[in-house]
Amino acid sequence: MSPRDLMGAALRGLSANKLRSLLTVLGVSIGVGAVIVLVAVGNGSGKAVQARLEAMGTNLLTVSTTGGGGGFQRGQAGPANQQYSLTLDDASALADKRLAPDVSSVAPVMTSSGTTATNGDTSYTVSQIIGTTPSYMPATNTPVGIGESFTQEDVDTSQRVILLGQTTATELFTRPASAVGQTIKLGAVDFVVRGVLASKDSTGFNDPNATAIVPINTLRATQAGYGALSQIVVQAANEDRVDTAQAEVTQLLTARHQVPADQTSPFRITNSAQILQTSQDTAATFTALLATVAAISLLVGGIGVTNIMLVTVTERTREIGIRKALGARRRTILGQFLIEATLLSLIGGAVGVGVALIVSRFQLAGVQPALVPSSIGLALGVSAAVGLFFGSMPAHRAAGLRPIDALRHE
Amino acid sequence: MRVPAVQVPVVPVVVASVAADALIDIRDVTKTYGHGETAVHALRGVSLRVDAGEYVAVMGSSGSGKSTLMNILGCLDVPSRGEYWLDGSNVAGLSEDQQALVRGRKIGFIFQSFNLIPRTSALANVELPLTYAHLRRAERRKRASRALDLVGLSDRADHRPNQLSGGQQQRVAIARALATGPRILLADEPTGNLDAHSTDEVLGMFDQLNSEGRTVVVITHEHDVAARARRLIQVSDGRIIVDEVTR
Ligand SMILES: Nc1ncnc2c1ncn2[C@@H]1O[C@H](COP(=O)(O)OP(=O)(O)O)[C@@H](O)[C@H]1O
Ligand SMILES: [Mg+2]
Repeated sequence: MSPRDLMGAALRGLSANKLRSLLTVLGVSIGVGAVIVLVAVGNGSGKAVQARLEAMGTNLLTVSTTGGGGGFQRGQAGPANQQYSLTLDDASALADKRLAPDVSSVAPVMTSSGTTATNGDTSYTVSQIIGTTPSYMPATNTPVGIGESFTQEDVDTSQRVILLGQTTATELFTRPASAVGQTIKLGAVDFVVRGVLASKDSTGFNDPNATAIVPINTLRATQAGYGALSQIVVQAANEDRVDTAQAEVTQLLTARHQVPADQTSPFRITNSAQILQTSQDTAATFTALLATVAAISLLVGGIGVTNIMLVTVTERTREIGIRKALGARRRTILGQFLIEATLLSLIGGAVGVGVALIVSRFQLAGVQPALVPSSIGLALGVSAAVGLFFGSMPAHRAAGLRPIDALRHE
Repeated sequence: MRVPAVQVPVVPVVVASVAADALIDIRDVTKTYGHGETAVHALRGVSLRVDAGEYVAVMGSSGSGKSTLMNILGCLDVPSRGEYWLDGSNVAGLSEDQQALVRGRKIGFIFQSFNLIPRTSALANVELPLTYAHLRRAERRKRASRALDLVGLSDRADHRPNQLSGGQQQRVAIARALATGPRILLADEPTGNLDAHSTDEVLGMFDQLNSEGRTVVVITHEHDVAARARRLIQVSDGRIIVDEVTR
């Protein structure tokens, strides 16, 4: 029997019970679609995290003190913590090329949150005001979009100048471009808008554009007081120097704060490359988890194929007997039922791929799915294999029937 | 309706055992279903030779073992004991595939319940054994159409079994049995579900086929059907009790 004849017989078999075939196809297509979409979602969220971290730069170290040393808003820190609080002197020491040769730039950071900014009648509560030095902007990949940055001189002389994040600028001035040169109030203090930061992609729950940046000395003088720094942002000379820079920072801070040798370091230094690696691992785990869930639904779809083929074989036992009486060989019957099962799964697979291609164009749970081409091939291949595998038991059962037993079947 | 002719005296015709190449040759065949206390002895030692071109009727009461005998003759079932030589070769020595080949090429089946494949056109039904015999599509079409023509159903080629009358269905079944040009036609109560008119048509075809040289074995209850044959075999309780030439 030629392949074309086999295909014809299989198609006739499938179309004999359209609703049933349709439902089985649906089961497989849900499985295949789920595999592709869920893998794309996992991949998409991994890519998003990676893009954000890469935008930060991979030669970035962020130094903070564990145990609340940086918390100036929550009142005085305890004496034990105060010893390890990060200071402007620490930042200066880290910037010293002789003490830390692999550090290229240092930016001390203080933050103040929930401050109300006003422009005439318009007011807006800025979620985070950052006090820092000009090197913060290049180090953290926070370029000024409109206008210009403030200078080290502005920092030294505590100038009341401010850089607005996109959201802050839009809330206060509607058109961010018109903000530059205007004066706004932070609390009771006037600030001249020097520039507007370029828009940043959302990092999830917090709007990274709902910020403002002012010279650190100005922030200390007007808003935050002279407490500890919340963190120090350190840029390594280049990506290969991140580890040595990190060692230098640790050594320097340990010495400056006289940390006893037997104590675990009170300083937390996060390395953006490490964060990137960790979040990539997390994304991979997430993707694997989603793929497993999807694979289970594909398995369920496959069992559906077996189920339907078993019913079909039972229902058509007499027909199998007639075919055998007319000279059909074992492998012809086997082929017919295997092709039926494989067609069911392949059609299901194709439908699943089509639906997945459409669905993955939309954001799902805040994630833009990124299709993995191999997952499409894999899902299709698996669906064909599912047909062959799950169809083979019923097909073998059909093919192995003795002609007379099949013919006598009621 | 024809009435059975005079009851012929029971004089078994001894088929010469020297006849070297009988088409069908079964030797002391038994068939037992189940085992132990519930065992059913459908055939209790049957020997039978049928030469090419014969027209044989098998009669017997219900449950006497006629269908069992025909299933064995058609390689649809295997004997519990005994040998079956078909066209010079021992069927027990044939592989499953070879037996399928024998069924497809040498034997045409006609059943009481027609056994057409549902939801499949008359023409496609007739084509089926040709497909299994690996004929090319065009050749299949041609032969199937000719077979349908022979049974007078060319105009019903596209009809499905459920769109045909019983007599028409049985004629499609005959066309299908003839399509591969088999030497043997095995019919198990072919007219059991037919009215008198259709019965006459079907029997006419059997006569015709036999006169063309085909071997016909027909199982029947009806004496007027049996009367068309030239040899009558009567089965009772799994044994042949009468084997005679009637015409
Ligand atoms: N598959 C089977 N299992 C058990 N007994 C069977 C089977 N087929 C036939 N028989 C028994 O074998 C005997 C002969 O059956 P069968 O050849 O069909 O008779 P007939 O065709 O002469 O009416 C009957 O008693 C029947 O009940
Ligand atoms: Mg019977």
